[in-house]
Amino acid sequence: MTERMTAAIDVKGLNKSFGDKRVVRDVSIRVEEGRITGFLGPNGAGKTTTLRLLCGLLTPDSGEGRVLGMDFRTRTEAIKRETGYMTQRFSLYEDMTIEENLDFIARVHELPERRERVAGALERLGLHYRRDQLAGALSGGWKQRLALAAATLHEPRLLLLDEPTAGVDPKARREFWDKIHAMADQGLTVLVSTHYMDEAERCHDIGYILDGRLIVRGTAEEIVSGSGLVTFSGEGPDIGRITRELEKQEGVLSASAFGTAVRVSGADRDALRRAIAPYERGPFAWVEVTPSLEDVFIQLTSRPPDDWLAQ
Amino acid sequence: MKRLSLARIVAVMVKEFTQLRRDRITYAMILVMPLMQLLLFGYAINTDPRHLPAAVVAHDHGRLADAVVATLERTSYIDVRYLPASEGEMDRMIRRGDILLALTIPPDFSQRVLKGDRTQILAEIDATDPIAAGAVSAAVAALPSYAVQQDLRGPAARPAGSPPFEVVVHRLYNPEGITSYNIVPGLLAIILSMTLVMMTSMAVTREVERGTMESLLATPATPFEVMIGKLLPYVAVGIIQTAVVLILARVLFSVPMAQSLAGWFALSVGIVLFIIGNLALGYLISTLVRSQLQAMQVSMFYIMPSLFLSGFMFPFRGLPLWAQAIGEVMPITHFLRIVRGSLLKGQMLGDMGPDLLALGAFLIAVAALTLARSRTTLD
Ligand SMILES: Nc1ncnc2c1ncn2[C@@H]1O[C@H](COP(=O)(O)OP(=O)(O)OP(=O)(O)O)[C@@H](O)[C@H]1O
Ligand SMILES: [Mg+2]
Repeated sequence: MTERMTAAIDVKGLNKSFGDKRVVRDVSIRVEEGRITGFLGPNGAGKTTTLRLLCGLLTPDSGEGRVLGMDFRTRTEAIKRETGYMTQRFSLYEDMTIEENLDFIARVHELPERRERVAGALERLGLHYRRDQLAGALSGGWKQRLALAAATLHEPRLLLLDEPTAGVDPKARREFWDKIHAMADQGLTVLVSTHYMDEAERCHDIGYILDGRLIVRGTAEEIVSGSGLVTFSGEGPDIGRITRELEKQEGVLSASAFGTAVRVSGADRDALRRAIAPYERGPFAWVEVTPSLEDVFIQLTSRPPDDWLAQ
Repeated sequence: MKRLSLARIVAVMVKEFTQLRRDRITYAMILVMPLMQLLLFGYAINTDPRHLPAAVVAHDHGRLADAVVATLERTSYIDVRYLPASEGEMDRMIRRGDILLALTIPPDFSQRVLKGDRTQILAEIDATDPIAAGAVSAAVAALPSYAVQQDLRGPAARPAGSPPFEVVVHRLYNPEGITSYNIVPGLLAIILSMTLVMMTSMAVTREVERGTMESLLATPATPFEVMIGKLLPYVAVGIIQTAVVLILARVLFSVPMAQSLAGWFALSVGIVLFIIGNLALGYLISTLVRSQLQAMQVSMFYIMPSLFLSGFMFPFRGLPLWAQAIGEVMPITHFLRIVRGSLLKGQMLGDMGPDLLALGAFLIAVAALTLARSRTTLD
């Protein structure tokens, strides 16, 4: 990374309402060039809406700034030329073949050497022997691959991915992320929304959005350490009952069963110790563990955001 | 044996009702369609056309000539709208379709009738539409027995059964009154409207419904580019349909096409304007509705009246004035005049002027509205 990094996205005070429902509230976001930023948040938090605002598919109620160095409110057409957007729902033509879809994208982007580009993309994504298959007949994972190929065909400088790996098997997911990293190494900036913690950890940076507000920003470690969260893990019998009981205890912010173990988190170590102490008997033992990103996010989701804003 | 479950039938039924209730346009159509059709067609359709336009060139200005014109008007079948100075002018009027009847009264008409000499009035009838032509010729045929009777008293009075003058009827353009000569060119207009409006009425909605709009909008393509790109293939569809209909019209129905090259050119201009106008209209519908089903319904909402109010099924000139006014707004009305005029009457560019202008105006208005409606965003 160079000393003085330029921002691929630098947008401030983004707002968007549907009717009287405020879906995106005062979101300011800065993403350095060549960085992969994960966008997390519960369902309905406003991730998709934010991505759509950034690539000019929705008009913001307010907000200003630059995407790829261009005013994102007025230069939408120029921005679109250098941005790849992969939608949450598959949005290519199901009644066209893989190759026809890519060919169409290549044409609307007026790519030179169209055939070579399309053939290259098919090759890279391992889609070449399926090129004549109708997109609608592809399985979910293959559709994602096709969508990624389509979103990157014109070699964009900015890639916006909306839950690109939902429903994709682990191997394909790993390959997908390897590809994203390879492209980021070439200078591509990526903003990717996801619900998977392992994917969040693969990002350089994470943004957490809740109720339309971007409430946490930073690397995975920064977010975990900055959360002040304490987590204990205990293993033993009767996990289900213990979990249910712990959830209601004073000092416990979340309790969740993982197979034969239970994880409890809280903001205050002493209060949490008091809550879990009664269960420490027989074979049951508590150990303090580093909170995972998931612990932190569950945490964020279950607490009203005003708490966090006040901090 | 499988058990028939009433509960499951009810479950599906309730679901259908819920969806129906959500779909406002369908909901409205259930009421509006029958209402509109009953009112519109109940009042507009008239198989006994009246007030058909006519012109008279009277070379004789005597009392009896005036009486002939007055009698003609009293029938209520014919409205004498024009009194052109020459037969040439009157010929142009009938070729353009301004009038359905051109009456020529000879110079010595009154004199000869009074003297009891044989004399003839020439009635040229636009027989393109056999229904309208039938009404006109019935009215004209009755002329000799009613007109001038009360003006002839004393020595000039005739015994009953011997009319004071004759009417020579010339049926122009479709002298044998062959219905298919009128209907088949009209079908071209109907086929083009139906397929083109319906096909393109789904162009945008389909993308929205399937979710592909989101990808499309994320590309640099502008709404204008998308519109043109989506419509051009259908121009080809329209041209192919036109060719098929014209060939079949010639081969199967022997519809006359005594066209000069200039005549074909004029017709082609009309065809292209009409095709593009219909496509633009379909596209406009597509930007207004929310589902493909709604698009179909709105298209039907347009196509139904166009069958009845354009002059396709019933003579346009026989419709009530308010119905004619609605018809004038629809491009199909003008196109019908152009195709029939071109194929049956040999109309040239000059004769089609007003109708071509109307098609052009329609196209521009609809295209402008469509572009105003197309958006680059999903808002
Ligand atoms: N076109 C729309 N009209 C009205 N409300 C909308 C529209 N699009 C989104 N919303 C609302 O905005 C909120 C945020 O939606 P958005 O799709 O951005 O959430 P998300 O974070 O992407 O959720 P998910 O993880 O489920 O994809 C939701 O409450 C949704 O109902
Ligand atoms: Mg989403």
